[in-house]
Amino acid sequence: MNGIFSSLANAIRPRSDEKRTCNFCRAEHSASALANNLNICPQCGKYLSLSPRERIGLVADKRSFAEMSKGLKSVDFLQFPGYSDKLQKAEKLCGEGDAVVIGTAKTEGLPYVIFVMDQRFIMASMGSVVGEKLTRAFEYATEEELPVIGFAASGGARMQEGILSLMQMAKVSSAVKKHSEGGNLFISVLTNPTTGGVTASFAMQGDIILAEPGATVGFAGRRVVEQTTKTGLPQNFQSAEFVCDHGFIDRVVPRKELRSTLGSLLRTHSTKFYTGDAI
Amino acid sequence: MMTAYEKLRTVRSANRPTASDYIERLFTDRVSLCGDRRFGEDGAISAGVGFLDGIPVTYIATEKGKDLQTRMENNFGCPRPEGYRKALRLMKEAEKFRRPVICLVDTLGAYCGAEAEERGQGQAIAENILELTGLRTPTLSLVIGEGGSGGALALCTTDRVYMLENACYSVISPEGCASILWKDSARAADAAEALHITSRDMYRFGVAEGVFKENFGDLDAMCGEIRRRMASDLKKLRALSTGELLSNRYDRFRKFGIYEENGVRHGAVL
Repeated sequence: MNGIFSSLANAIRPRSDEKRTCNFCRAEHSASALANNLNICPQCGKYLSLSPRERIGLVADKRSFAEMSKGLKSVDFLQFPGYSDKLQKAEKLCGEGDAVVIGTAKTEGLPYVIFVMDQRFIMASMGSVVGEKLTRAFEYATEEELPVIGFAASGGARMQEGILSLMQMAKVSSAVKKHSEGGNLFISVLTNPTTGGVTASFAMQGDIILAEPGATVGFAGRRVVEQTTKTGLPQNFQSAEFVCDHGFIDRVVPRKELRSTLGSLLRTHSTKFYTGDAI
Repeated sequence: MMTAYEKLRTVRSANRPTASDYIERLFTDRVSLCGDRRFGEDGAISAGVGFLDGIPVTYIATEKGKDLQTRMENNFGCPRPEGYRKALRLMKEAEKFRRPVICLVDTLGAYCGAEAEERGQGQAIAENILELTGLRTPTLSLVIGEGGSGGALALCTTDRVYMLENACYSVISPEGCASILWKDSARAADAAEALHITSRDMYRFGVAEGVFKENFGDLDAMCGEIRRRMASDLKKLRALSTGELLSNRYDRFRKFGIYEENGVRHGAVL
């Protein structure tokens, strides 16, 4: 394993040497073998999920990440059946307060605001906490004139928070719009799965939209589409590659190229690197 | 009193007035307009220009259709991406001529067919929401029946939202919610209660600023009341500078959310 690739692999440090089964081909691998391959199954080549901390380790410069708004937690304000339990279990499983981590980071020395959604936390559905943290991320970036790089993953809005979860789509979009009108860059990276209300809002509002190979990207769920259309769908339907072919994603970027692609995009969008004569 | 699910079934019933009934009574000197200039025309979105109490406005509505044939053509009021892009085109046209935008919403949600996915249903809705947050002209929306999820929000990210008495607004259909959570769409009535979807709930959450009594025996009188309220709110909104208008709209949506931060609860107490 050479140069940059091995240093990226170091970013993903499994907690113990437990076994992990590939969700796709069911092959069993040691967590460290998977980590050495950036959580890409060595058997079938499919992309397994990264936790937000692993993702940040993968793309950000060492020790450059400073977390923001860590103390936010969801409230079961509608007393929705089963929600409190779900929240408790998810917190325990992920060791995070909710389904998104936000903060500032640098890649190849260039600063930006980062957010990473955590699909282990109730499918990274968007409720009040996710909406509030994303809004703060964009507001901070607007104030500081920083780019935002966001890793989307979500089953959609968090229905256990009723209409207020739908309102998060409008709230975050308002902050994205302000950030954009300030002349700032937003790179949206779609990871598996990006669906529902997240696809129908900020995930698709990037200046640049990237995606991970094989990630499911869509609005309605596959089964719902099948029922509506009453026909079989092609195997690759709603894959990142399929959506890219239809013109809605700029590039599908392999995990090991992600950091350098983001670095190039940050440089080309920064006026700091303009060395030509003023016109 | 009707339960939430009974209200939803009521507003879904075929004998209720559809958008065109309100359009006829709310706006005068109308010209309907078509097409997204990208791909096609979508009858599920009915739109045009006209006057509301002497104010030139652009109206954009989801139209379920009046008979079986138009209902089929209009996908029962579920817009395709080209419908949302048509709506966006006309919102931008309204902005250019500083004409307020009034949306009438009655939809189960955005159409979920394969071709809608291929043409970027998610992207189309995302763009409408994004552009509505920054549209430099006053915007109003009225949910006349069902406000179904993102497909409704694409027309409801507005300065004011009103609802008819029995209208519902929800993040997901109760049937969808029940089938995901309990693998049993028959429990839709339970889901409807849990989701809090009624106009009363929306008013309480601050999601809607006004609720109109339903009086289908005298639709003209009912629309007269709606028209007067809309005209009065438009006058207030038009008196604002564009900066104030946009910053009020930002605050309107910024406040939504209930959460705890370091043990302290934030957001409206219900």
